[in-house]
Amino acid sequence: MMDVLSYTFMQNAIAASILASIICGVIGPFIVTRRMVFISGGLSHTAFGGLGIAYWLGANPLYGAVVFVLGAAVVIAGLEERIDGNDLLIGILWAFGVAVGVVFIHMTPGFTPDLMTFLFGNILTVSRSDIAIALVLVIVICLTVFIFFKGFVSIALDEDYARARGIPVNLLNLCMMILIALSIVILLQVVGIILVIALLTIPVAIARETTFHFRRVMLFSTLWGITICLAGLILSYFAELPSGAAIILLGTLILGFIRAGKWLSRRLFLERRAGEKTGEKI
Amino acid sequence: MESLIEIRDLTFGYDTVPVLEDVSLDIIERDYVLVIGPNGGGKTTLLKLIMGIVLPWSGSIRFRGGLEGRLGYVPQFSSFNKNFPITAFDMVLTGFIDGRNYFRRYGRQDRDRVNRILEKVDLFTLRRRKINDLSGGQIQRVLIARALVSEPEILLLDEPTTSVDITSQASILDLIGELNERMAVVVVTHDPTPFAPLYRHLACLNRHLYYHGREGLDEAVLEKVYGCPVELLGHGIPHTLLTGH
Repeated sequence: MMDVLSYTFMQNAIAASILASIICGVIGPFIVTRRMVFISGGLSHTAFGGLGIAYWLGANPLYGAVVFVLGAAVVIAGLEERIDGNDLLIGILWAFGVAVGVVFIHMTPGFTPDLMTFLFGNILTVSRSDIAIALVLVIVICLTVFIFFKGFVSIALDEDYARARGIPVNLLNLCMMILIALSIVILLQVVGIILVIALLTIPVAIARETTFHFRRVMLFSTLWGITICLAGLILSYFAELPSGAAIILLGTLILGFIRAGKWLSRRLFLERRAGEKTGEKI
Repeated sequence: MESLIEIRDLTFGYDTVPVLEDVSLDIIERDYVLVIGPNGGGKTTLLKLIMGIVLPWSGSIRFRGGLEGRLGYVPQFSSFNKNFPITAFDMVLTGFIDGRNYFRRYGRQDRDRVNRILEKVDLFTLRRRKINDLSGGQIQRVLIARALVSEPEILLLDEPTTSVDITSQASILDLIGELNERMAVVVVTHDPTPFAPLYRHLACLNRHLYYHGREGLDEAVLEKVYGCPVELLGHGIPHTLLTGH
């Protein structure tokens, strides 16, 4: 198997996985604790609109996705006072993005194989330049979160109080939306539009089973992200499954095992305790 | 005595209908102001206006010089994210963050101050607990502790006893009383009963401010505020809100 690692495409895939996992760890916890999962889903599907337009123009679809997603993020942040409140707007943007994509692809002559990559992801076709772009984005995202960490945490914890203390909440919310938009674009390459949400949430869900300190949630989400990405890659290589799907299925399985394990250990604990009590009575 | 806060003719609404109209009020040093009135009467909004979370349509709020950032805000229980993964200690620590310093790292002295405040509100032993695991009364004290971090001269409390069980209420009231020895306290509540023996000034808010003063209320005013004949308190409590009649 070690021969595989000498292939460029595999090295690229591993690099992309690690970058994607850092994103899961840094941005994912904010999305989950602020109940922005639906917004993130909406944003990732508006990427499809950008893809379609870029295709029709003959440009690199990734750039189209970036522009469209950033635009949608700014619109959402600008129109909504409370960032986690508006289902309706998100739902509409979601559907609109997909519709725009469908229309422009329909207007573009010829078969569009690369499009499948964006929908479902194929980390094995990630290029060096894609990784370079992703690396820049990851550095930008990490730096921004590091600098504004306390502000982001206060807002996620108690937005009203943050406003009361004079923290520039609207500005930081806009900033967070842009970071999420950029994160989505990176994750698109790994698992595709349809599964972006899964990669933003599953590692966080696993991490939350094991810790309740926010910084540690971020660290563990990153580590679990790397684990499921690399394990998923191996699985997809040997079982010849689509890589993105393999990653997500593996992640969900792991999450399921951990939760089942906790449930089981709690049941055993309770039964043992009940057993001890009846034992005492006798 | 120079007022800490002077509010004049404040008018504000979230939509097109005003929630507060021509409200004027003074808060003096070490005051104990009870703001009562029906739900929707504008009590929480008044605190939000003082804290600058929303801006008024008209009227003014003037602060005595040097009061910047010396307002402690203890919002309603329901306003924060209880599922956020954070300990009591770290949540109180966030009390330091404001519009100017959200870049700065926490220092040793900051953590020491948080420990002292946690001792003062009797939460020191629980400081490493997840806030999700705390009881209502304990969370209320975390919120108060967070507000105390910035060494306020005025403490604004929104419904501090509402989500707290009866036995813990007494200790919260005692805590507020102790804090009142050092700072002004403004308590918003829809149930004035527990505060009856404690307040110094009473403000009845139902879009307009109907009463503000030291003496007890009479039923006519209360009726105006609550919109229906009100039989308050009265029985068996040493200091009643109503004047005898």
